[in-house]
Amino acid sequence: MPTTAASPKLSAPFEQGGPPLADATASDSALRRFLHGLPGVDTVGLEARAASLGTRSIKTTAKAYAIDLAISMIDLTTLEGADTPGKVRALAAKAVNPDPTDRTTPRTAAVCVYPDMAATAAAALAGSGVKVASVATAFPAGRAALDVKLADVRDAVAAGADEIDMVIDRGAFLSGRYLKVYEEIVAVKAECGSARLKVIFETGELSTYDNIRRASWLGMLAGADFIKTSTGKVATNATPANTLLMLEAVRDFREQTGVQIGVKPAGGIRTTKDAIKFLVLVNETAGEDWLDNHWFRFGASSLLNDLLMQRQKLSTGRYSGPDYVTVD
Amino acid sequence: MASVFAYAPAPESRSVVDIAPSYGLFIDGEFAEAADGKVFKTVSPSTEEVLSEVAQAGTEDVDRAVKAARRAFEKWSALPGSERAKYLFRIARIIQERSRELAVLETLDNGKPIRETRDADLPLVAAHFFYYAGWADKLDHAGFGRRATEGIAGANPRPLGVAGQIIPWNFPLLMLAWKIAPALATGNTVVLKPAETTPLSALFFADICRQAGLPKGVVNILTGYGDAGEALVAHPDVNKVAFTGSTAVGKAIARQIAGTGKKATLELGGKGANIVFDDAPVDQAVEGIVTGIFFNQGQVCCAGSRLLVQESVHDEVLHALKRRLSTLRLGDPLDKNTDIGAINSAEQLARIGALVETGEAEGAERWSAPCELPSAGYWFAPTLFTGVSQAHTVARDEIFGPVLSVLTFRTPDEAVAKANNTQYGLSAGIWTEKGSRILAVANKLRAGVVWANTFNKFDPTSPFGGYKESGFGREGGRHGLEAYLDV
Repeated sequence: MPTTAASPKLSAPFEQGGPPLADATASDSALRRFLHGLPGVDTVGLEARAASLGTRSIKTTAKAYAIDLAISMIDLTTLEGADTPGKVRALAAKAVNPDPTDRTTPRTAAVCVYPDMAATAAAALAGSGVKVASVATAFPAGRAALDVKLADVRDAVAAGADEIDMVIDRGAFLSGRYLKVYEEIVAVKAECGSARLKVIFETGELSTYDNIRRASWLGMLAGADFIKTSTGKVATNATPANTLLMLEAVRDFREQTGVQIGVKPAGGIRTTKDAIKFLVLVNETAGEDWLDNHWFRFGASSLLNDLLMQRQKLSTGRYSGPDYVTVD
Repeated sequence: MASVFAYAPAPESRSVVDIAPSYGLFIDGEFAEAADGKVFKTVSPSTEEVLSEVAQAGTEDVDRAVKAARRAFEKWSALPGSERAKYLFRIARIIQERSRELAVLETLDNGKPIRETRDADLPLVAAHFFYYAGWADKLDHAGFGRRATEGIAGANPRPLGVAGQIIPWNFPLLMLAWKIAPALATGNTVVLKPAETTPLSALFFADICRQAGLPKGVVNILTGYGDAGEALVAHPDVNKVAFTGSTAVGKAIARQIAGTGKKATLELGGKGANIVFDDAPVDQAVEGIVTGIFFNQGQVCCAGSRLLVQESVHDEVLHALKRRLSTLRLGDPLDKNTDIGAINSAEQLARIGALVETGEAEGAERWSAPCELPSAGYWFAPTLFTGVSQAHTVARDEIFGPVLSVLTFRTPDEAVAKANNTQYGLSAGIWTEKGSRILAVANKLRAGVVWANTFNKFDPTSPFGGYKESGFGREGGRHGLEAYLDV
């Protein structure tokens, strides 16, 4: 599928009378004023809208399209202390050829690993078109000095990472030091070179929807290519509601600036049914320009096998079982 | 524009409901033809297909039904509340068990999307019966009449007798539940007339009454036209009239029963104001505006048909609203992905069309969502008017369709003044992140229901009813008991 270029600047009704976005990051107080001036989020209303879109019934041809799209959007992930080169190579092989019984199955978008495994992944994926994504910046807690975080990023990029998944400093965010968070993202972005930067908020730790909206704008202003919900390492990860909220943010950001930003929900999305619900959110919130793996990703591992089983069911009419997909 | 991610049709199966070619009146526990043998057809508004032929009640049938209800009243009202509760709980459970069938039936006969009948109408119908079942044995503690614990003397609250109930076509089964559940819980018997365009779910309810073993004559259902309703209201042995419908008919009923001693509750029209302040949660407010006026194609008496938006966020809200309306899916009401279904009747469609023409002629600016209307059936695209003032007809008259009038205000006082400047007073909505403003504004609004940061939320525990020409009396909650009790 062709990637969609950022669309030209649309009408920007929000800008009338307000300060230009460049001024928003001029100082800590200006940034604070800007972020706290964003419209509030009503919890009940947001969750009701997400639940209501969850009742869409996606069948037959639409389901086949959604399954293939979801497979192509997966950042196939292994982020364990027990990761080995062998494990990463196996995952890379699966990313390139998810279903050995059906070569029409699309490849996943990327393989997502720790920085020390980036070189192994890059070698295994060379020439496949599947990207290497590496977490960095002292993932998942982000509790390290800035130069340590930047060194982490440099390592990953040098090892061949096409994409960097960084974590924000939640401590700084929650204590209101927004400019510190902003400047850290800017510094990481500068180290990325041509690698695309995904900024992880750890929405489960930010806790409120108002915080998630503010973090989204903060990340986008700082130059994120993607905004990402979570690390998968805390109790609450991607949910339909927090992803819907971030989709609203990228939609509004493009309307104001003309710049399109991607979204990546990660953690907790395990079934085809869940994945399709997220695609419905994308379709009916940000719009079809985001229905492409350049602009939307799933951070997941077990999701892929469920998608493959559902894909087999659609093509054969029968359910197989866990032994008919590969365990990696 | 062809969509990349086009949802394939996902229709709910019609086979779960078995509609007979003809139905009689339900009187004294039996289905019977009308005395004069008259019948009328009911059609599916989305296809104009004839669904069934039902008996058309006349004066003689009304008299038979009221007599049956009167005969049943003595025993029914003498039952202990706990025994009446058992029947109501049983009815509630049967409704839940048959909810899929009833949802499909309601969608076929009314034209509203299955998403609404499945997720809103039917759960609320069952909840209403469960809720009032719970009151049946606690009437002495509902705060009416004698209150022994507080040392207040007097009689215990008593049922009124036979209730004549007339309901509209917009929520056929839900309005039936609002009427029948409190009436039976308090020990009354009922004669109910559903609207002529949506008679079927009430007849299925009659079957549920039989399934629940409800004593004969406690519930009687008369299908028919306005003349049958008029005869019911006029019947000398009816003690209580409960009506939901147009203000014009409500006024006629009030005149008709004046001086008779009949107790009445009237739930009539509305022109609800949905007030969006500049500090509102915009994305959720847009959802609330959509729910407020496009739920059930706007055929809702408490619809938020007037959007009052603060001038400073007018452009932002309208931009977001139009973008959202462009994603609404209009079409086959049985498709699970349909958001907007059919208008209930050709007559209603014509009325909407005429009012929209008036709006355009008076200079309001019309915008309709881009969507293709099916060739058969009665359809109207979601529409909004901007540049509307208080003087425009579309800001004053109830349209009862998917048409929103957008007005602006500058200050909270102006918002309140404009919201209250209507002959109606049924519902209102307030959108702001500021809690103190919600309380301050809500206290000044003359509307029976005020929603804060939400709209069209219903619950059986909450009383519902209007100010001014929106009617009087309250349905739902503890307050809803009073309408059926001699206190």
